[in-house]
Amino acid sequence: MDRIPILKMGDCLLVTIQVDMHDQLAVSLQEDLTAQIARFRSRGVLIDISSLEIVDSFIGRMLANIAAMSRVLDAETVLTGMQPAVAITLVELGMSLSGIKTALNVERGMELLRQYIREDMDNVQVGDGTEE
Amino acid sequence: MNSFHEIVRRNEAVILAGWLEEMASTARRSDLMGDAELRRQAAEFLRLFTQAAQTSSDQTSEEFLGTRDFLKDIAKSRMDQGFRPAETAMFVLSLKQPVFNALNNAYKNASELVAEIGAAGDLIDKLAMLTVDSAVQIRDEIITRQQAEMLELSTPVVKLWDGVLALPLIGTLDSSRTQVVMESLLSAIVETNSQIAIIDITGVPTVDTLVAQHLIKTITAARLMGADCYLSGIRPAIAQTIVHLGIDLTDVQTKANLADAFGLALSKVGKSVVTIKTAANGQLAAKTKDA
Repeated sequence: MDRIPILKMGDCLLVTIQVDMHDQLAVSLQEDLTAQIARFRSRGVLIDISSLEIVDSFIGRMLANIAAMSRVLDAETVLTGMQPAVAITLVELGMSLSGIKTALNVERGMELLRQYIREDMDNVQVGDGTEE
Repeated sequence: MNSFHEIVRRNEAVILAGWLEEMASTARRSDLMGDAELRRQAAEFLRLFTQAAQTSSDQTSEEFLGTRDFLKDIAKSRMDQGFRPAETAMFVLSLKQPVFNALNNAYKNASELVAEIGAAGDLIDKLAMLTVDSAVQIRDEIITRQQAEMLELSTPVVKLWDGVLALPLIGTLDSSRTQVVMESLLSAIVETNSQIAIIDITGVPTVDTLVAQHLIKTITAARLMGADCYLSGIRPAIAQTIVHLGIDLTDVQTKANLADAFGLALSKVGKSVVTIKTAANGQLAAKTKDA
C-alpha cells in the first residue's frame, strides 16, 4: 500500500501531499506522522497541500486531528499552499480548522515554524535563567 | 392532416402573396426590414412549414426541427434589428388568414372546415409563441451576462503594497455576490502571493446576520490559505447593529477605517511610514522604509 513520505528537516517534519487523499491514506499518514514526531522529537510539522484539489469533511477533520495530535506531542503544525477552491469547500463544510496555523507557501510556512521554535527556545532559556 | 399540407402546398404562391399582403397591413416595419428580405424569410418559412406539415402536426416533433431553428434565427436577427417580440410573433400569426382562406376554398363541408381551421390555427399559434419564447430567452441570456459582468466590476481586488491586498466592497452583499467576492479574493491572494487582505465595507449599506456570516466565511477561507484578513470601514451604526444582532467578530481583526487597517498591515509585513524632510526645499514627503 502506498504511503505519503515524511521528510525530516532538522527540527521539523515536512509532508507534501502530492496525490488525492483517500481515507485510508489519511489514516496511515496520521499514524506515520505521530510515530515520526515521537521518534525524532520534532518541534514543527509542515504539511503542504498545494497539489490537493479535492477535500471532504473526513480529510478536513483528519487535518485538524493531525494538528491536535502534534500539539499533544509538542510540535506546531503549519498547513501551507491551500488552493482557493479547497478553502471555500472547507468553509462551506463549516470547518475553520481554527487550531491550525496556515501559510501561503512552504517558504513562509518554514519561516513561521522557525519563528515559533525560536520563540519557544527563548522562553525555555529565560525560564532556566530565572530558576538559577 | 394530409389534406391540410396538400392544400397549403398547392396554394403556396397564393398564400405567400396573401401573407405578405396581410403583413403589410399589420406588422410591417419597412423602416427596419426591406421588402426583398421579408419576402425571402416568408418564402423560406413557408417552405419549411409545408415540408414539416407533410409528416407531422406536432410543432415539437423532429420534423419541425428545421422550422423551429429557422424561427429562432428569425427571432434573434429581428431582435438585433430592433423588432419588438410582438411584431415578430405577428409575422407568424399573420400567416393564419391566408391559410384559412385557402382552406376555406378547398373545403365545402362546414364541420371539416372548422376542424382543419382549428388545427391549422393551433399550429401557427404555437409557432408564434415559439418566437416569443426565443425572444425572451435571448433577453434572459443578455441579462444573465450583464449580471455576471456587474458582479465582476463591483468586486475589484486592489494591491496596496507588496503582500497587502484590499477589497473595497460597495453595495449590498448577497450569497451569489459573496461567492464571487470570495473567489476573486482567494485567487488574488494566490496570484500576488499576499499575506494580508483588507476587506473594506465602507460602501456596504447594511450588515445583517447573513452578510456578517458571508464576511466571516470569506475571512476564514483566506486564513485557511495562510493570509490574514482585516475588516475595515465599519461605520458606527453598523458597529451597533453587529453588537445588537449578537454577531461574534472576536476572531476577526477589525479597524474603523481603511487607513488604520493599512497601517496595521504595513507593520505586520515589517514596514512603517515615516515623515521625512528633504534638505533642498523643506517639502514634506512620506516614504516607507524597512523597519
